[in-house]
Amino acid sequence: MTVNVTRRQFFKLGAAGVASSSMAMMGFAPESAEASVRHFKLTHAKETRNNCTYCSVGCGVLIYSHGDGSKNVRQEVFHIEGDPDHPVSRGSLCPKGSGLLDFVRSEGRLEYPQVRAPGSSEWKRVSWDEALDKIARYIKDDRDANFVERDDNGGTVNHWTTTGFLAASGSSNEAGYITHKVVRNLGMVAFDNQARV
Amino acid sequence: MTNHWVDIRNANMILSMGGNSAEAHPVGFRWVTEAIEHNKAKLICIDPRYTRTCAVADYKAFIRTGTDITFLGGLIHYLITTDQIQREYVLHYTDASLLVREDYGFEDGIFTGYNPDNHSYDDKSSWMYELGDDGYALRDMSLQHPRCVYQLMREHYSRYDIDTVSSICGMPREHIEHIWSEIGKMAVPHQTMTILYALGWTQHSIGSQIIRTAAMVQLLLGNMGMPGGGINALRGHSNIQGLTDLGLLSQLLPGYMSLANAKEQDYSAYIQKRAKQPILEGEVSYWKNYEKFHVSLMKSWFGDAATEDNNWCFDWLPKLSKPLYDVLDTFERMHKGELTGYFCQGFNPLASFPNRQKVTEGLSRLKYLVVMDPLNTETSEFWKNYGEYNDVDSSQIQTEVIRLPTTCFAEDDGSITNSARWLQWHWAAAQGPGEARPDTRIMGELFIRIRDLYREEGGVFPDPILNLDWDYDIPEAPSSEELAQEYNGRALVDLTDDNGNVTRRAGELLSSFSEMTADGRTASGCWIFSGAWTQDGNQMARRDNSDPYGTGNTLGWAWAWPANRRVLYNRASADTQGRPWGKEKAFVWWSSEQGRWVGADIPDFPVTSDPALGQGPFIMQPEGVGHFFAGQSMVDGPFPEHYEPFESPIDNNPLHPNNPLAKNNPAGRIYDEDRKALGTREEFPHAATTYRLTEHFHFWTKHARLNAVVQPEQFVEISHQLAEEVGVVAGDWVRVSSNRGFIKAVAVVTKRMQPLRIGDRDVHHVGIPIHWGFTGVAKKGYLINALTPVVGDANTQTPEYKSFIVKVEKA
Repeated sequence: MTVNVTRRQFFKLGAAGVASSSMAMMGFAPESAEASVRHFKLTHAKETRNNCTYCSVGCGVLIYSHGDGSKNVRQEVFHIEGDPDHPVSRGSLCPKGSGLLDFVRSEGRLEYPQVRAPGSSEWKRVSWDEALDKIARYIKDDRDANFVERDDNGGTVNHWTTTGFLAASGSSNEAGYITHKVVRNLGMVAFDNQARV
Repeated sequence: MTNHWVDIRNANMILSMGGNSAEAHPVGFRWVTEAIEHNKAKLICIDPRYTRTCAVADYKAFIRTGTDITFLGGLIHYLITTDQIQREYVLHYTDASLLVREDYGFEDGIFTGYNPDNHSYDDKSSWMYELGDDGYALRDMSLQHPRCVYQLMREHYSRYDIDTVSSICGMPREHIEHIWSEIGKMAVPHQTMTILYALGWTQHSIGSQIIRTAAMVQLLLGNMGMPGGGINALRGHSNIQGLTDLGLLSQLLPGYMSLANAKEQDYSAYIQKRAKQPILEGEVSYWKNYEKFHVSLMKSWFGDAATEDNNWCFDWLPKLSKPLYDVLDTFERMHKGELTGYFCQGFNPLASFPNRQKVTEGLSRLKYLVVMDPLNTETSEFWKNYGEYNDVDSSQIQTEVIRLPTTCFAEDDGSITNSARWLQWHWAAAQGPGEARPDTRIMGELFIRIRDLYREEGGVFPDPILNLDWDYDIPEAPSSEELAQEYNGRALVDLTDDNGNVTRRAGELLSSFSEMTADGRTASGCWIFSGAWTQDGNQMARRDNSDPYGTGNTLGWAWAWPANRRVLYNRASADTQGRPWGKEKAFVWWSSEQGRWVGADIPDFPVTSDPALGQGPFIMQPEGVGHFFAGQSMVDGPFPEHYEPFESPIDNNPLHPNNPLAKNNPAGRIYDEDRKALGTREEFPHAATTYRLTEHFHFWTKHARLNAVVQPEQFVEISHQLAEEVGVVAGDWVRVSSNRGFIKAVAVVTKRMQPLRIGDRDVHHVGIPIHWGFTGVAKKGYLINALTPVVGDANTQTPEYKSFIVKVEKA
């Protein structure tokens, strides 16, 4: 037996007294009210501590995702909010940070390696192996062709100036460190990050 | 930041200049609000526009863009002539008393040693203290000697009187007088002003010197090292501080060490030059330990291959044949077709670099371009025609472009360093979309492939590649934990103290850079990050937000470099005898009972150095004191001087009207071709400045629907007077052009912009937000760097995005 009652009417009934709330217990619950007794949507979410990726205040954020973390189960981020414990942000986020979820799930996110051939007006999807092999070959060929071991004065310089690299100040310290370690030891000097601009 | 976000609440006065933190760092700005509400602090806001920060300021004034040195130099003049300085601080904690060499001079805008042919100060030898026979600088504690720094500074800024300042800055006298007199009140020892700035100071051809002028003001007022004081750079990106600390800049190594130049062939001379010895007797001069940090880096990179016999692989590091291979140099060479390949890792230079046309032409001359990014950036599609927004012919562009999808912050583990130097650890919440991979893995995969090619085929100078230490569990994907422990550093053998007791077992993580040695017994990839991941675990992941002294200093939250110190130079928060300058400013002080420095912060000082020894608080400086006189550390002069922007709306530098060499920064960074691309004020009469909006972050958030909804369409801001002059009303489309390109945008006509009276005429400003482009979910717009000039700051090479000239007309 189902009585059609809207959610709003149901709560009115609830406010009217014990009699009506016991009606609900007896099975007179409206369809929409069933949703209201559903578990809080964050209860089964995985909570992950993180920091906002935009400016340098470094506000604390809590990221909520679905998925049990087991192998081959994709986690899906569905909610991001401020971390109330954070001593600087104390749970607040600004208009930028409030939109973090739309950045994570942006339709502009890249999903596959792609190559645009010389003169072409479109992308072609390639595998990671194909993309990385191609890049490694480009690096080696140019380095071997243009690496300078000694300058005109006979001094050792061991540098390579014909390929350059811009690193990302939105990436982690660990990504920055490994990038520096690799790039510098190829002999590269045309190397900067956003701090330059 | 010398201080940190929460510490702003300890300020009695806040000067916001060269930034608009209410708009760009809103959550950090809450601590400004906190200071106003609970510490009775006054907020002063000076900007070319009436900004959101101005809207809540107690005192506000408009200033012509690019004239901040004039305003601050005038303030220095005012503080000195009215004797509103923190005298004991100035005498003991600054170089005011040191004597400068007799041959140092400054004439009509030019310092000694200038070579006009090279546009540079080729001979900086006179920019130095006079040294005694013992090698230490001479000083006059009475501050009366005509060549002491104090007197030279007084004389240098005597030209910056209030009428001159008013005329150059376009600021009415009464505004200036009022603000200066308010700031002067902060000279008392127990009150502090903090200064907050951002790219509104850095993006000028005189940017570094603007910041120096501010630091000089803070030294005069005794505000450096104080809670609620300091010079606080509010940095742009979430980890721009970290990447700077890690040295990802053309001339640097991690931890602010630097590459050798080609003339530095001798290893010990290289070290000696950087291991600065004290130039006042008994000072700490902490950089004297340079070799310990350098050798530890080399052990981290090359392991057993780095030995004393091969100078720790000194020759394996690239040496510089010219001072800079920065982005201005790189795009100049790219434009000439001298580059083969280019990598953009999370960087969108087509949108971010000056003179977009030059960037497009440069990228078109590459053989290959690799883009690693979470987003579909404009740079990755520079070859694709988007009509007027990107008017290119794909068939004519022969660059092969390889685009690799990366994960974003929500999908990787690691630390980022905020503006306050806090390294905060974060965890991945999910995998990236599709086949996206973390940057750490991409670099690992690439390196392994390159190393394999060198192993199989041989090649030019393979030594640093074949010997690069790569002891990661999964070589193709080094983990963030492994990398963090590597930059923290570890002991390679048992370390012992003077008595032979083992202080650190081989293989253990170091607790601090103070454990490092110059003989190859320790390794560390970034000495200033040492202490971030110790034997006690990951210090960056700590979450204790307690504040036992009530100063807002949460030493148990995350970890700050160096050594978890939260306020740099904090020894200066106590007087010469080690007592706090004021009860309410007690922060770090000397405890004679304990025989050590104690307080709310980790002392930025040798912890048992008795005040009676008189060591100065600025331990990284060879004199132990703060610098009014920059010596040889800047390329464009030991005292900041006002020079006009390279594109200026006025004809000469009012301070040096008859010396064309001194119109713009004589050592500013500009190439001949780019100089030809500068416009004239007759053709482009309006001063332009660029900025960010609170709803957007650079060129990222136009990809995020929420942000695109709240701020969907490109606009520029102009005053009612300018709107009337060019015949537009609010909502009309305008065309804004410079000598390099144009954009079209909706005109927002507002009282927030006002014409300023400069000399005998009005100068209009145009405000240009930066956030639109031709990819993303927001409405398409024009990359505003179509307009900007390729001119760099003399010291940092940061482009002059905040001051250039344009013409506004009805579209």
